[in-house]
Parts: sequence; C-alpha cells; structure tokens
Amino acid sequence: MMELILDLASWVLLSAGGVFVLIGGIGALRMPNLYTRMHAASVTDTMGAALVLTGVMLQAGLSLATIKLAAILLFLLITSPTASYALANAALLAGIKPDAGHAADEGTES
Amino acid sequence: MTAVFSIFLLTLLVITALGIVRTRNLFVAVMLLGIFSLLIAINFFILDAADVALTEAAVGAGISTVLFLGALALTSERERLGTRHRWLSLAVVASATLVVLYATFDKPRFGDPNAPVHQHVAPWYLEKTPEYIDIPNVVTAVLGSFRGYDTLGEVFVVFTAGIGVLFLLSARRHGAAHRPPGERDPSGIGLREHVIPRVVGRLLVPFILLFGLYVQFHGEYGPGGGFQAGALIAAAFILYALVEGEDRTLAAVPQSWLNALMVGGALLYGAVGLAGIALGSNFLDYSVLAANPVAGQQLGIILIEAGVGMTVTGTLLSIFHAFAARDRA
Repeated sequence: MMELILDLASWVLLSAGGVFVLIGGIGALRMPNLYTRMHAASVTDTMGAALVLTGVMLQAGLSLATIKLAAILLFLLITSPTASYALANAALLAGIKPDAGHAADEGTES
Repeated sequence: MTAVFSIFLLTLLVITALGIVRTRNLFVAVMLLGIFSLLIAINFFILDAADVALTEAAVGAGISTVLFLGALALTSERERLGTRHRWLSLAVVASATLVVLYATFDKPRFGDPNAPVHQHVAPWYLEKTPEYIDIPNVVTAVLGSFRGYDTLGEVFVVFTAGIGVLFLLSARRHGAAHRPPGERDPSGIGLREHVIPRVVGRLLVPFILLFGLYVQFHGEYGPGGGFQAGALIAAAFILYALVEGEDRTLAAVPQSWLNALMVGGALLYGAVGLAGIALGSNFLDYSVLAANPVAGQQLGIILIEAGVGMTVTGTLLSIFHAFAARDRA
C-alpha cells in the first residue's frame, strides 16, 4: 500500500516536472525577446528540475542515491538563478533593453 | 524503452551536428558543441559506460567550451565565408560516408554477445580483475594496469598538447609584463564587482574541488579517475578565475606550480613504470611494488591515477591561463 502511494506520488511529481519543462521550452521558443525568453526558461531550472528530482528521490527511497539527488537539487537551486542573473546582467551590459519588445534582439540571429 | 530513448538522443545528436556545421556564428557553434558533448555523454551512460560519460561531460561539455571561448576571444566570432574547393570536399566526404556505410554491413548486431569485441580479451579482464587487482571498477583496472601503456601514452599526449599550446601562446608574455603598474586592467579582475556571481562562485569552488578529489580517489570503486578528476579540479580554478580574476588565481596557484604539476604527473607515471623494472619485473608491472602482488597492483593504480590527475589539471589550467594572458596582451 505504502509503495503504491509512493509510486503514485512520484509519477505525479515526474509528470508535473515534465509539463513544467515543456512549458519552459515552449516559452523559450515563443517569447518575443531575450529577457522574456530567459523568464520562461527559468521555469525549467526551478520547478521542472525540483519536481523531477523530488519524483526520482521518492523512487530511490531512503538510500545514498537520495542524498546525492538532494545535493544535486541544492546545487541547481543555487547555481541556476546565479547563471540567469549573470546572463541577464551580461545582456544588459551589452546594451539589450528589457522593454524593447521584438526590436531588442533583431539582427542577433539566435 | 532504452532503445527508443537511444534513438531519440541519437537523432538529437545528428540535428545538433547539422546545426554546428550550418551556423556561421562561431559562438553559437561552441554552445552547440557543448550540447553535443552532453548528449553523447548521456548516450554513453545509457550504454553503461559511466566512466566515459563522466569524462565526456567534464572535458567535452565543460573544459573544451571554456577553451573554445578563450580562443574565440582572440579571433573573430564569425566564420569566414567560402572555401574554393567545395566540390572536392564534398566528394571526399561523400566517398568516406559510402565507405563507412559499406563497413557497417559487416558490423555485428547491437548488443550481440557473440560480437568479436565481447569474445576477445574482455572476458579475460572481467574474470581476472578480482583475482589480480581486486577492485570493483574493472574499467580502472583495465585502464590503469592491464592497458597501462595506453594510458601512459594518453598522459604524454596531454602533456605534449600542453607544451605545444604554451609554446604557441606564451610568446608575447614579455610584452604584457611591461604594462604600467598604475593602469588597471579591466579584464583581469573577473566579476569581482558583481556581488552575486562572486559570492556563489566562491561558495562553489571548495565543493567542486572536494568532488574532484572524490572522483580521483574513488576511481577504483566507481566511475572516475585521473582524467575526470583533473578536468573537475581545473574547472574549480577556472571558476575562481572567472569570479575573482586571473591575477588572484595565479597568485593562489602560480604558473610554476602548474608546470611542476604537468611535468610531475608524467614523471610520476613513468617513475612507477621504472620502479617495476628496478624491483625485478617488467615496465609498468605493479605487482612487485608491495609484498603482496594484489596490494602492489592497487598501489600502482593509485599512484598512476594521481599522476594522470596532476598532468591533466596542470595542462588544462596552463592552457586556460595561456589563452587568458594572450587575450590581455
């Protein structure tokens, strides 16, 4: 019984994580400029990664693997926002304006 | 299920490769190369080659990307257009593709247990590793002991590459030294003025170093070893250089230390080999290093892995510093 509940919970978490990653991907493709695209992609790093890793942790049970997964999650939660900050900061220093809509990225093909 | 996942990843790999060939923006090409390395690392992992996957991820996706970016900083970001011999190149590529395709018809089926590769020496390695060396990770046993000559060759390839890059890139080092002391070099201070990357970067460096040492000394028990550890430790110092600046990294670990690491690792590997001869056996036979042949093998593997790690760390960091110094000169 307990195992069934854990399995169900982990599949719910994994599926939800997958959905967030998908949303992040669609957003990164469809958003109009760099900053909004980064905003969409950050969903992948935070909610997507956290849900998928928690789901895998439930699958792994109380073992060394879970501790390693928790360490990876902690690492991601610290590094992803930092990377986003560094990217946005670099874009700002390079002169890309946040409120310029489509025009901001034009000419800088992907 | 694994097959479906493999095909999916291989398809992505082909798409990424086409993207790398098609793009004229070299910065985009470098980023795609990193993605390519990660994809192929996942493929290796699915094939149960965790050691190779770790190496590919650390070196291919990590260090290579940094070195490519360092090279791009010295050149242009755009590929130059047009070579004159396009038809000749196309003919060469097309005929090579046909030869490779023809060769695949003779290949055994994927995962076929009767394939020559599974019938040759591999069963012997698997059978004899517990008896001769007694470590769980057969990959390390093969790499360090059974095929020690090959690994020695690899270490010297890395070493030679390091020497080559240093000779090519450090020629103008003297010019850079004449910078007036009052003039502050804007690229030499890294991200020191940006608080968030600096704090997080400084926080991560010790953990990356610790992980590198774990990978180094856990290589006998799990995926890992000198090559991966060397790349990880170099990555920690490169991160430090990015957030704190080149000068402080070179103050912490001067170039002379890096040269010593580079040479010392290769020398250590060679010396372990010669110790085998001195103690009355063959070159790179570790069995005579201790009273008990199995303990001797384990000691030998630990020593040569340390040598590999030292050379890889020293070489990668030297190349990184050479690129960075050239950029500022």
